[in-house]
Amino acid sequence: MEVLIPTPLRSYTGARLVDASGATLAEVLADLDRRWPGLRFRMIDEQDRVRPHIRFFVDGEQTFDLGRPVRPGESLQIVQALSGG
Amino acid sequence: MAARKKAAPGRSRSTSRSGGARTTLLVATRKGAWLFHGDAARRTWRADGPHFLGHVISHVVLDPRDGRTLLAAARTGHLGPTIFRSADLGKTWKEASRPPAFPRAPEGEQGRAVDHTFWLTPGHASEPGTWYAGTSPHGLFRTEDGGASWEPVSGLNDDPAYVKWMGGPQDGTPDGPKLHSVIVDPRDPAHLYLGMSSGGVHESLDRGASWAPLVQGMEVVDGFDASNIAFHDPHCVRVSPADPDRLWQQNHCGIYRLDRPSREWVRVGRTMPRTVGDIGFPMVVHPRDPDTAWVFPMDGTSVWPRTAVGGKPAAFVTRNGGRTWRRLAAGLPAAQAWWTVKRQAMAADGGAPVGLYVGTTQGELWSSRDEGARWSCLARHLPEIYAVEAAAPG
Repeated sequence: MEVLIPTPLRSYTGARLVDASGATLAEVLADLDRRWPGLRFRMIDEQDRVRPHIRFFVDGEQTFDLGRPVRPGESLQIVQALSGG
Repeated sequence: MAARKKAAPGRSRSTSRSGGARTTLLVATRKGAWLFHGDAARRTWRADGPHFLGHVISHVVLDPRDGRTLLAAARTGHLGPTIFRSADLGKTWKEASRPPAFPRAPEGEQGRAVDHTFWLTPGHASEPGTWYAGTSPHGLFRTEDGGASWEPVSGLNDDPAYVKWMGGPQDGTPDGPKLHSVIVDPRDPAHLYLGMSSGGVHESLDRGASWAPLVQGMEVVDGFDASNIAFHDPHCVRVSPADPDRLWQQNHCGIYRLDRPSREWVRVGRTMPRTVGDIGFPMVVHPRDPDTAWVFPMDGTSVWPRTAVGGKPAAFVTRNGGRTWRRLAAGLPAAQAWWTVKRQAMAADGGAPVGLYVGTTQGELWSSRDEGARWSCLARHLPEIYAVEAAAPG
């Protein structure tokens, strides 16, 4: 699936859009981490919790469920929301 | 109060002017890291940075065993915590393959997660590649491969008594609990100390496999029970390089000294001027004189402003083991300066005379080439400074 990488993570991927595969969101993130080691831990903590300022949108729908199935043709957008100076 | 015998020159691991070594200041800030390379006289400084612009950098430390490896503890507002390593004094950086992280909790249990690595300490001279990291929430981690992969020190992190004293993420300082001041005895790699804000000072004699509290004599906030380890709040603990049996501590409740093998801290801050008090974050020690140490007091009254007392920043020095203290403010703002010096943001180099360095919450870096007698501003307009280390690259 096509994955939109936010700017704070482009030091890993070097690209705004990348391809990754998997049957669930967790598998897609694992695939990204295989290709760019360390990237997953910056988004997901050691207890498999999504970090506070990370948001995942699968085909435009926000999800916090790493087990959410992803289907061929869907896209993943990773968003990093932060406010304050 | 007996004065301690002074060690022979050269025992310190820090820089020495007579040896021609130069000082590099490693400055960690809320928005990146800077290196300031000093000339031989420590008069002019070359800024190298920003490194990791926009990243929250808690600590940058040089490995004194090779004089060129740097570790940096980093996170960003969005991204989780990690460690970066440079083998060429900051020219290039590589991320740890396994940053400090707690083990996965059993199903149904609330597991701990590292919010940020707060403190980095190189291991013993005989153990190249070994480092310790203290985290928020409280956790101790060790690497034996130079910072690439980190393992939890279970003897502390999972000890039931320590888990209780550590509390949760809500139990520490306003910016989260801090495990700090990890000290390796220069005579024995198995002998460790550390501090927890809050949670006390602790000692291990077996490389971290087991720990014991070392809080006797330390005071706690009025009305609280000093026998409860969780109430103890050491802000910064230092060991004298000239006499590793002498420890110094700036605590939430005073300035202390401990001479081993005694287990009882002595509150030596009682002799500070009453109008200033003995509350603060940082403390630094002289590289060759165990009787000399510096503090930078802050206002710990009423709602705890944590600013320079009266808006008049000043360091204080004792040269007799804490019996008396002298104010050192020449060159610092005389009034209306309300900054704070955090616990990692004061450093001493190994020069003769010793150079002192202070980083402020307002992004100013101050230095003294004469042990605090005269201060000058080395840099301003940096982001909020979290940590300053005075390193001696090889």
